[in-house]
Amino acid sequence: MKHMLLGALAAVAMGTAAFADEMKMAVTTSFHNSGLAEVLLPEIKADLGLEVQLLVVGTGQAIRLGEAGDVDAILVHSKKAEEAFLAGGNGTHRREIMYNDFVFVGPKADPAGVAEAGSAADALQKVAASQAAFVSRGDDSGTHKKELSLWKSADLSPEGFGDWYNAVGAGMGAALNTAAGMNGYIMSDRASWLNFANKGDLALLYSGDPVLFNQYAYLPVNPEKHPHVKTDLVAELENWLVSDKAKDLINSYQINGEALFVFNAKP
Amino acid sequence: MSDLFPVSVRNASVRRRGKVLVGPVDLQLDGQGTSIVIGPNGAGKTSLLKMLHGILRLGGGQISWACPTEQAQRQQAFVFQTPVMMRRSVVENIAYPLRLNKVARQEALAEATIWAERIGLGGDALQRPAVLLSGGERQKLALARALIRKPRLLFLDEPCASLDGRATREIEEILTEVAASGTRLIMSTHNMGQAQRLADEVLFVLHGKVAEFSPAEAFFAGPQTDQARAFLNGDIVE
Amino acid sequence: MQAAWLLVTLDADLVEITLRSLRVTLSALAVACLIALPLAALLAVRRFRMRRATIAVLNALMGLPPVVVGLVVYVMLSRAGPFGVLGLLFTPTAMIIAQVIIIVPLVASIAHQSLRDLWSDYHDLLISLNATQFQRICTLLWDGRRALLTAALAGFGRAIGEVGAIMIVGGNIDHATRVLTTAIALETGKGDFAMALGLGFVLIALAVAVNLSIHWLGKTESEGRW
Repeated sequence: MKHMLLGALAAVAMGTAAFADEMKMAVTTSFHNSGLAEVLLPEIKADLGLEVQLLVVGTGQAIRLGEAGDVDAILVHSKKAEEAFLAGGNGTHRREIMYNDFVFVGPKADPAGVAEAGSAADALQKVAASQAAFVSRGDDSGTHKKELSLWKSADLSPEGFGDWYNAVGAGMGAALNTAAGMNGYIMSDRASWLNFANKGDLALLYSGDPVLFNQYAYLPVNPEKHPHVKTDLVAELENWLVSDKAKDLINSYQINGEALFVFNAKP
Repeated sequence: MSDLFPVSVRNASVRRRGKVLVGPVDLQLDGQGTSIVIGPNGAGKTSLLKMLHGILRLGGGQISWACPTEQAQRQQAFVFQTPVMMRRSVVENIAYPLRLNKVARQEALAEATIWAERIGLGGDALQRPAVLLSGGERQKLALARALIRKPRLLFLDEPCASLDGRATREIEEILTEVAASGTRLIMSTHNMGQAQRLADEVLFVLHGKVAEFSPAEAFFAGPQTDQARAFLNGDIVE
Repeated sequence: MQAAWLLVTLDADLVEITLRSLRVTLSALAVACLIALPLAALLAVRRFRMRRATIAVLNALMGLPPVVVGLVVYVMLSRAGPFGVLGLLFTPTAMIIAQVIIIVPLVASIAHQSLRDLWSDYHDLLISLNATQFQRICTLLWDGRRALLTAALAGFGRAIGEVGAIMIVGGNIDHATRVLTTAIALETGKGDFAMALGLGFVLIALAVAVNLSIHWLGKTESEGRW
């Protein structure tokens, strides 16, 4: 196609803006919304001279970007998807870095009584019973997969739900916006919730069930499958992410006086 | 370049959508003088001129110039009934044909300025956008633009149709000069006075054919066909 | 209001994003014009068998949904795709490519309309003067430059406000491929309306400037200036 060739030529002409060291990493919207990246990226640039370009997408798309080789590494939080990714020969290994947790958010008035729930499954059963408006990510992301697994453990199936269940197919911020707009319930990662600027009438109602913990892992894309991947840069970043400096930065990262992530990488 | 005359037109015709606009025409034209084409409205005068010039493609027959057709075309020029004003200034319009011939810009503009002054569009008018000119001024510009390449043969399609007496006289003066310096003119007109003033020979066109073709004096003294006589009388001829 | 404050103080992010938006769209416009304008002139003066069909296709392509263009370009440029080896995905170049594809039909169509009108005017004269095909095209492009500029501005207006395609092929990467429209989408999604509005004001200002220019150009046409 003529357009493509001309575009490629233009690329060559303009492509001189090649940065010294740069790599592409796909991260999830939940991670990005936490704001932790704004803290880590400048330090990475200062320490390693490495510019990490973040593509902020849902876990599903992050996995697919890794499979296609369009990025050099991925940082996601969905163990099952990660293991499938590795089984398919798309990544070299997974390195656990840190975890945060999910929380249930809903209208302050709490018509479903979620605040009194004894467990995550219990909270969801209360929502289903009251048929209060509930917003789901619906985008195949780590958060979405987590939500679906929780419904399952509560013996409920989203397929059978009525209009009160809204799958928006969007990132965490957009989903929270929708929940605020319809004054409904939503499961969000704590970081996105704390950083969210449009809370409206919503409040954090339930958290603490261990099943809500959310493990982030770093997976380099397999160079055997995609030779162009910048393996040395990827390795440098991995070493940095499990270093003591990263540990300090991650553990001390707070929003409104609340810590979000717990560093748990093994050396 | 060798002279393009004499030109021999044999059985030439132009068709559009199956209808015959003009033709068949058989003519022999030599290289001297001014030929005036007259006839009622819709008779095909414009089409005849355009056919001879080569802007209308022949549907049949042929037109043979004394030199190769390409050379012949370069030695001709045409002044249209509604002159085309290019979206440029007066002087740039006149210079355009020279620029097409790859004449340098300064030279072309200088020559165009001389012509502009000759037709009365010099001074301030030079830079005026041509689209703002009046009817008479447009005709004069078209004439200057046609003459700047010093054509051997100049076609004019009713050049004074919408002009007042003074403008008509100015144009006729230029035409007389140009004819005297050797340019062959083939011109259509509705103005019988003008025809008599300028013609060396007359072509009377009726229903797309050349009904009569005679030297001017003879024609105006006594035309041969009835329709020509009626036409000169001022009657409506169909 | 916070948004206005960001504008007045020329917030660094805002400036960076605006400049990148301009860079991407102006580059796309330049490339698109190089393709579309001569194409439009050629279609106006040259008779060939497929001409009507080509013009019809060109007009139809104006209705291409931009986001679909983005999807196709993404698939082409992805490592898994035919042009993956160029490594262009998620770069400003990919965004430029997508925008070129989107605005070429628009610019060519508008330009062709005007040039066709101009040609029907100039036709007899240029043929009588033995102008070559190349000379005819050059004359049309030059004399019709006002209309061509209008076509280009229309293309700019369409591209600067486009968000779907460039979001897909650019990835909205901070400090790399984030532009006005994708930033607005992002900030709105985060609930940060101040920044989104600030960006929105800039975008509106650009769009208004473009439309005023088109209007002014139209006026100079009727007054016969250049």
